Amino acid sequence: MNMPLATLAIEVKSLAKSYGRLKAVDGISFAVGAGEIFGMVGPNGAGKTTTIECLEGMRSPDSGEIRVLGLDPRKDGRELRERIGVQLQQSSLPDDMKVWEALDLFSSYYRKPAPWQPLLDRLEITDKRNVRFSKLSGGQKQRLFIALALVNDPELVFLDELTTGLDPHARRSMWDLVRGIRERGKTVFLTTHYMEEAEHLCDRVLVIDHGRIVALDSPANLVRGLKSEVRILFTAGPGFDPASLEGLPGVSRVERIGERVMVAGQGDRLICLVINALDARGVRFRDLRTEQPDLEDVFLALTAEAGLDGGSR
Amino acid sequence: MKGFWKLAWIEIKIYLRQPEATFFTLAFPILLLLLFGSIYGNKPNPFFDGRGMVDVSTPAYLAMIIGSTGLLSIAITVSSYREKGVLRRFRATPLRPAAVLASQVIVHFLMTLIGGILLIVTARLVYGLHFAGRPLAVLFGFTLSCLSFFAVGFLLASVARTARVAYILGMVLYFPNLFLSGATIPKQTFPQALRAASKFIPLTHVVNLMQGLWIGDPLGKHVLEVAVLAGLLVLGVAVSAKAFRWE
Repeated sequence: MNMPLATLAIEVKSLAKSYGRLKAVDGISFAVGAGEIFGMVGPNGAGKTTTIECLEGMRSPDSGEIRVLGLDPRKDGRELRERIGVQLQQSSLPDDMKVWEALDLFSSYYRKPAPWQPLLDRLEITDKRNVRFSKLSGGQKQRLFIALALVNDPELVFLDELTTGLDPHARRSMWDLVRGIRERGKTVFLTTHYMEEAEHLCDRVLVIDHGRIVALDSPANLVRGLKSEVRILFTAGPGFDPASLEGLPGVSRVERIGERVMVAGQGDRLICLVINALDARGVRFRDLRTEQPDLEDVFLALTAEAGLDGGSR
Repeated sequence: MKGFWKLAWIEIKIYLRQPEATFFTLAFPILLLLLFGSIYGNKPNPFFDGRGMVDVSTPAYLAMIIGSTGLLSIAITVSSYREKGVLRRFRATPLRPAAVLASQVIVHFLMTLIGGILLIVTARLVYGLHFAGRPLAVLFGFTLSCLSFFAVGFLLASVARTARVAYILGMVLYFPNLFLSGATIPKQTFPQALRAASKFIPLTHVVNLMQGLWIGDPLGKHVLEVAVLAGLLVLGVAVSAKAFRWE
């Protein structure tokens, strides 16, 4: 999905929030279109949670303008909470509350609740309906929290660090769930510190660091913008002379460590050229693998400065 | 409002699923009654100004239940709800924040009331408990005492940064209140100095009020107790309103 954004779900102008002398969010502006999966990524302490909480009306910004579904979260907080779904980082339910009770309870808070039985099925926790919250696994708790975030059939869903602490399998199935939410016409605003997650899931990604926006684009454009190298790695017999590949267009360097050869360079045709050259010279190679820049490289490049002086705050 | 009552109902169920809370509110007072009742019975006893042990202890045990729900259960539940992020999760819904706290008051009041009724019924059936008071006056005294001690529970939850601190504060207050107020050990056994000191223990005033109203004292005879408890209520609400944090 590309801009322009026909209808805006979220509009933020010059949002700022400080805690004492720390500028957690330092004047950021962005917009999220209806129907988008919009991701916010950044190192710990970059300002993700502060931003999302200002959007949800859980926290008051020091300055700036926020419109969420056309409402001001500060003034119309209750009305906004009717229409959004929220999955919070660091939240919980009473230990002895059962799954079905939580859904029954939370749906009673809304004017137009969605039936919660089908939600149990969709989130595959139907067999846990009589289980107490404290007895659920981390993944099951997250599923329940997503169910609670969907119980009012919201137009916009906020997911804060949805998959932190989940195993890879549970993480993948969360992604399917998030895509499913969007397919039902909802807007999704999520934060994550897994770049893989942002890359797979989000239409657009906002990279935030030290409370400022350092990049905002689709994952593909962000990766393309990062002019980093493609690496080709393979294993060749001792007779192979790596220097023979150095003259190929786009190749910037070739290294050999034992039997393993690494060719680094740029250009869309690099892989093709290298393989053809090897083939033409009758080189027998195996275990060929390529490493292409991904969002993680973009993230590391953009937030490198912060990483050096200890990005966590 | 629908959400509020549903919350209160679920909180009652949750309360009953916690063995320690249920034990101290519902079972322990009855066990204590049966223990001392089996030793002393309920015969008129000069030691208790000519009344029976059970007739004197039952209203005192009511104070014990009020002390434990207020100082321990409310303080611990509310502070751990905050610490774990339960309050946060509720706050992200259209439910009014005050409703979350009000539901705790209702649930704890109901549980205290049920504990009291079970105690009274047991005392009546087993030891032929006598009652010479006016039920409405007793209910008033009981309700005022509950609200005062619940307000102190909220105060503890407000000033304690963590659930652990709230738990410790609650315990530190609960035990002197329990033993020095006459709620468990009859004040008739106290030496003179201790009896004087017990005036400074808040729960003493609940014990005095409940014991007085139980034998039919007019409320006018207990202005001091009512004033102390009302003062405690105001103090608890005022400090909580100022210091309470949702996260």
